[in-house]
Amino acid sequence: YDIGAVLEGFSPYLWANLGVGLGISLSVLGAAIGIYTTGASILGGGVKAPRIRTKNLISIIFCEAVAIYGIIMAIVISTSVVHFDEATASEKVLRANYKAGYSFFAAGLTVGFCNLFCGVCVGVVGSGAALADAQNGTLFVKILIVEIFASAIGLFGVIVAILQTANVRMGDKAD
Amino acid sequence: MFSESMFSVDAGYLEGLARGFKGGILKKTDYYNLTQCETLEDLKLHLQSTDYGHFLANEAGPLTVSVIEERLKEKLIIEFNHLRTQATGYLAEFMDYITYSYMIDNVVLLLSGILHDRPIKEMLAKCHPMGTFEQMEAIHIATTTRELYDAVLVDTPLAPYFADCINEEDLNEMNIEIIRNTLYKAYLEDFSAFCQQIGGTTAEVMQEVLAFEADRRAFMITINSFGTELLKEDRKKLYPACGRLYPGGLEMLAQAEEVEQVKLVADYFAEYRVMFEDDGTGMDKTLEDKFFEHEVRLNVRAFMQQFHYGVFYSLVKLKEQEIRNIIWIAECVSQRHRAKIEAYIPILE
Repeated sequence: YDIGAVLEGFSPYLWANLGVGLGISLSVLGAAIGIYTTGASILGGGVKAPRIRTKNLISIIFCEAVAIYGIIMAIVISTSVVHFDEATASEKVLRANYKAGYSFFAAGLTVGFCNLFCGVCVGVVGSGAALADAQNGTLFVKILIVEIFASAIGLFGVIVAILQTANVRMGDKAD
Repeated sequence: MFSESMFSVDAGYLEGLARGFKGGILKKTDYYNLTQCETLEDLKLHLQSTDYGHFLANEAGPLTVSVIEERLKEKLIIEFNHLRTQATGYLAEFMDYITYSYMIDNVVLLLSGILHDRPIKEMLAKCHPMGTFEQMEAIHIATTTRELYDAVLVDTPLAPYFADCINEEDLNEMNIEIIRNTLYKAYLEDFSAFCQQIGGTTAEVMQEVLAFEADRRAFMITINSFGTELLKEDRKKLYPACGRLYPGGLEMLAQAEEVEQVKLVADYFAEYRVMFEDDGTGMDKTLEDKFFEHEVRLNVRAFMQQFHYGVFYSLVKLKEQEIRNIIWIAECVSQRHRAKIEAYIPILE
């Protein structure tokens, strides 16, 4: 059973496009979980304490940022997926294209999973912030600091993904 | 981890709302204002500035303590039903479990009313509104427990708890108390198993709260049975098994014959030992008061965790305690007997 032959049989297009797909979908999953967690708590807490309604939308914005990171990487990767002619390509070009395919897949996974957990985290913290704010207004700013740290981890994912895709290119002139 | 992120889908809004209700629970300053009242009208005025608002505004006729109590309970019911009607899935079932304990109290109240030949309407008026069920009026036809079960209870949610109670004896004073405790034991154990089935933080929080409830009932049953005809074996059958006293403590309690021996059993558990000792503050607190205090402490702690159903249970219990406090203060005010007005149990700072 030759794993190498199996892997070689997969086109780099498969890996690259999977990277795009996973990158955006996992990011959106994380953002969605974050938004409904925080949003439900803001709505619930806002019934008896209406003053929290506007301030706590910041938490929703942090969750949304996570989805934006995902779409940035998806656009960056998908615009780099360029046609190359497998039959006439030299070994060097072939290798460069395969490398690009794997890099794009990895970048998609990186940004996807980082944003997934970041979104869940920001959601839970944002929910706590809304409910704590409803009870005691001075707590909101303190908990916001925790949220800022939580959203930073999503940013790390984007940075690493950008680094992964920085020097790789697909196409007939790739090296 | 992800199961707790899924909590907010169905129950996130209701949890936020329940915490909003909890924020409206009277604080120390509110109680201070209430204890300063001279008349019940003053009390009504002070309650207007709290979460209770104008709940007494439409009262025609003179204000009495029983009217106040009725309105307080009504407000709790309205809030509870508002939450319950929006609940789905496990949460809906959980909230139904909360109402079963009131149903049990209502059933026993109606039975004892029948025994003393009270008119059914009067008894129905005294029932706790949170524990209503459709067959309540039909209870007066029952003379034995089998009739009670076949005619009335088999269609209510209390049916599975009645399995241990059915026999052919006629209902009398002793039996009714035994029925109450047997039903409650089955209910507590069922509730505890249900919470374990839900798992996660709910199981953790409810386990603690229900374990204390079970142990407290075991202690009270033991102490109240001294000097009555209740046999030790019968007493043992009434102890709920979901507490920390199970199994060793319950064995010892079953053998106890006086309060000193009960105290010995309590010595094995740090929290219970404290309650049986004299706390040396000079205030004359009964054992029940100390149990209430501990219950309040546990219920307030339930709010420290998020994404679990325990907050709904604790909200109901804390609101109940608040109603008891307000009625205590109202009684002291209306009877002008202010000596023990401070004996309410503070809930929040």
